[in-house]
Amino acid sequence: MKFIDEYRNAGQARQLAGELARITTKPWTLMEVCGGQTHAIIKFGIDTLLPDKITLIHGPGCPVCVTSLELIEKALEIASRKDVIFCSFGDMLRVPGNRRDLLAVKAAGGDVRMLYSPLDALKIAEQNPAREVVFFAVGFETTAPATAMTVYQADRRGLKNFSLLVSHVLVPPAMEAILSAPETRVQAFLAAGHVCAIMGYEEYIPLSARYRVPIVVTGFEPLDILHGILMCVRQLEDGRAEVENQYQRSVRREGNLPAQQILKEVFQVVPRKWRGVGEILRSGLGLSVAYQAYDAEQKFGLAGLRVEESPECQSGQVLQGKLRPNECPAFGKRCTPEHPLGATMVSSEGACAAYFRYRREPQPQPSAVAST
Amino acid sequence: MSVVTPFAPACPFPIQDYPQVLMAHGGGGKLMHDLIGKMIVPAFANDLLDAQHDATVFAIGAQRLAFTTDSFVVRPLVFPGGDVGSLAVHGTVNDLAMAGARPLYLSAAFIIEEGLPMETLWKVTSSMQAAARAAGVQIITGDTKVVDKGKGDRLFINTAGIGIVEHSLNLGPASVQPGDVILVSGDLGRHGMAVMAVREGLEFESQIESDSAPLAGAVAALISAGLELHCLRDITRGGLTSVLNEIAEAGGHTLAIEELRVPVREDVRAACEILGFDPLQVACEGRFAAFLPVQDAEMALQILRERPECPGAVVIGRVTDQPGSQVLLRSAIGVQRILDMPSGEQLPRIC
Amino acid sequence: MCLAIPGKIASLTGDDPITRTGKIDFGGVLKEASLAYVPEANVGDYVIVHAGFALSRVDEEEANKIFGYLREMQELSELDDPGETAPAGPSGPPGL
Repeated sequence: MKFIDEYRNAGQARQLAGELARITTKPWTLMEVCGGQTHAIIKFGIDTLLPDKITLIHGPGCPVCVTSLELIEKALEIASRKDVIFCSFGDMLRVPGNRRDLLAVKAAGGDVRMLYSPLDALKIAEQNPAREVVFFAVGFETTAPATAMTVYQADRRGLKNFSLLVSHVLVPPAMEAILSAPETRVQAFLAAGHVCAIMGYEEYIPLSARYRVPIVVTGFEPLDILHGILMCVRQLEDGRAEVENQYQRSVRREGNLPAQQILKEVFQVVPRKWRGVGEILRSGLGLSVAYQAYDAEQKFGLAGLRVEESPECQSGQVLQGKLRPNECPAFGKRCTPEHPLGATMVSSEGACAAYFRYRREPQPQPSAVAST
Repeated sequence: MSVVTPFAPACPFPIQDYPQVLMAHGGGGKLMHDLIGKMIVPAFANDLLDAQHDATVFAIGAQRLAFTTDSFVVRPLVFPGGDVGSLAVHGTVNDLAMAGARPLYLSAAFIIEEGLPMETLWKVTSSMQAAARAAGVQIITGDTKVVDKGKGDRLFINTAGIGIVEHSLNLGPASVQPGDVILVSGDLGRHGMAVMAVREGLEFESQIESDSAPLAGAVAALISAGLELHCLRDITRGGLTSVLNEIAEAGGHTLAIEELRVPVREDVRAACEILGFDPLQVACEGRFAAFLPVQDAEMALQILRERPECPGAVVIGRVTDQPGSQVLLRSAIGVQRILDMPSGEQLPRIC
Repeated sequence: MCLAIPGKIASLTGDDPITRTGKIDFGGVLKEASLAYVPEANVGDYVIVHAGFALSRVDEEEANKIFGYLREMQELSELDDPGETAPAGPSGPPGL
């Protein structure tokens, strides 16, 4: 596949890793923000190519993982209603609430549908005028334009039976929260490439300056990630702290202006609770005043519902980079992918699940393994 | 805490964790293996069942027979390259083939949801007959039930099959040895992605057709060439990852495979990328993995590659002599990691 | 987050930029996507697609830059040590 396979070349990956080893003279701690980058790092084993001095912490870049327990419970409540068709991305279906997940609601008879695109929910709304169609709008700035356009079109078509349960979160406030925490270990960031494809990367410049951290907008394939890490470490070794763009083939400095325009029209910045972290001000997107009629929380009378997080799950500590998955007492015991306590174990992007699934034991000795 | 009564054994499956059966319990991954391994097999406990192969081989007098059953619940019922009917015939024929048996007779039981279009039922039935004829088997007994609208997901088919075992090989994980090579009979993931292509909410256009096919002929060719086959396993739900983990665990060996050697067609890979699927976990319905000594590999590949249902059969790895029962994968960029048993059906992701 | 895959626009439908859609070819698989956010994109362009929306055009020239850089790196290392093969990656246990 073009623009994918070329970036998975083993020889070139080793070349970048070799250059990284050559220039690294001190220990550095980097964080990749995006769950998709975490997935690639662990799936391809990119972290094992890094010199020992480089530590990668997996950040809170999984919108599925950070959706608050409160919103999940609201989703479960709405999906359980008889007259509702509840539509969601696939990876949200297994995120546990207090006692169950959306798949369990489906098992109990709820009409829960898995969609690839929120636009398909509009089609469902048009085909089922007597039923309420709700779309679970999860995701970072990458996904918000998709749900925004969906609501925008719903409004243009005058659809009355469509609404969004909004859970969108913004990346820069999360990065700031991590950087401003007193015990933060993060010295540089790999910024989320597709988020920046939408938003551009100008908003990272004051962040980089204020906290003196290199921020490199990075793609998702192995060569992208290694290149992004190399660019971060170069800055760190040089004592620089700037915003750079590794993912130049898809990201422009100003981002995607039509998308930003629709976002401004349909959404507004709101406070948002992050699962395991707590509320971060101005870190979420909610429907703007003009589009309140499409807000599912209000439509279903759930705006006032409050749910507290469970005490045992440490996903918050993991998401902030303060705890490694295997350092959590519940990891692999009371908390596994089959029986997850929190979203970081459920979502295949979650640091805990990725760690569990792709965990590395001490490297086995090469013996009868085919070399080819 | 489970209560044990003198005549009713306590359920060894952790039902406090799962008071209701979930979709994932049928997904071919860890949850399903636990359900079968901890509740169902122990409840029926007998030596023949404990071997836990696709088909069970037993003897009546001097004649060895193989017996298997399977149920088919695919949605949608009709997909590119097949339907639930042909799937049912191939699935059962293939379970018998993995025991090295020559499939002879099948049963077919239908559970039909009230309201299923008669035309669909006719299409499926004709498809079963065509598949049976092509596979050289006859459907000699069956049953038909109709259930209320809303309880049957339109059509379920159960098939059971009987075959005769005419070789003296002991096919199974116990026969797998360090140094054996692992080969797959063709490119992976076509069936799973063909079904996804027509699944509501995910539809896409492609040339991908299910790989659903009978494999008994391919296996018979390998056996009659006198190859020392150790283990055969068809790759279905849970994909290659599931099969390798099952065999690693059942045989107590560490297996090592190379990601770049595992054949996946470009369009299947593209469909996986779009939905965020791992091709190694995607279902097939006409592919198998074989474990055999390295000296027989060349001949096995030659034999298979001549057959249309085994396109691009290739060696993907080998059985190591390392302790443990893991599956190790060398990734596309050359780094080795553990390939864990999948934990339930893959769901399309946005992350 | 943000599983977005590059594909080639095979055909276009519609004139209104907001409702314009395209059939995107991903290695032989065709899927429709909204082109509302890439009004400048045309048939033959590559776009990255997420949740049914094209988010950005892929700039082929930019895409190739890393390979030019890798080639330069290779040439430099050969100049330093003629006869040496591609630099070996770091050995040892994983950093995590």
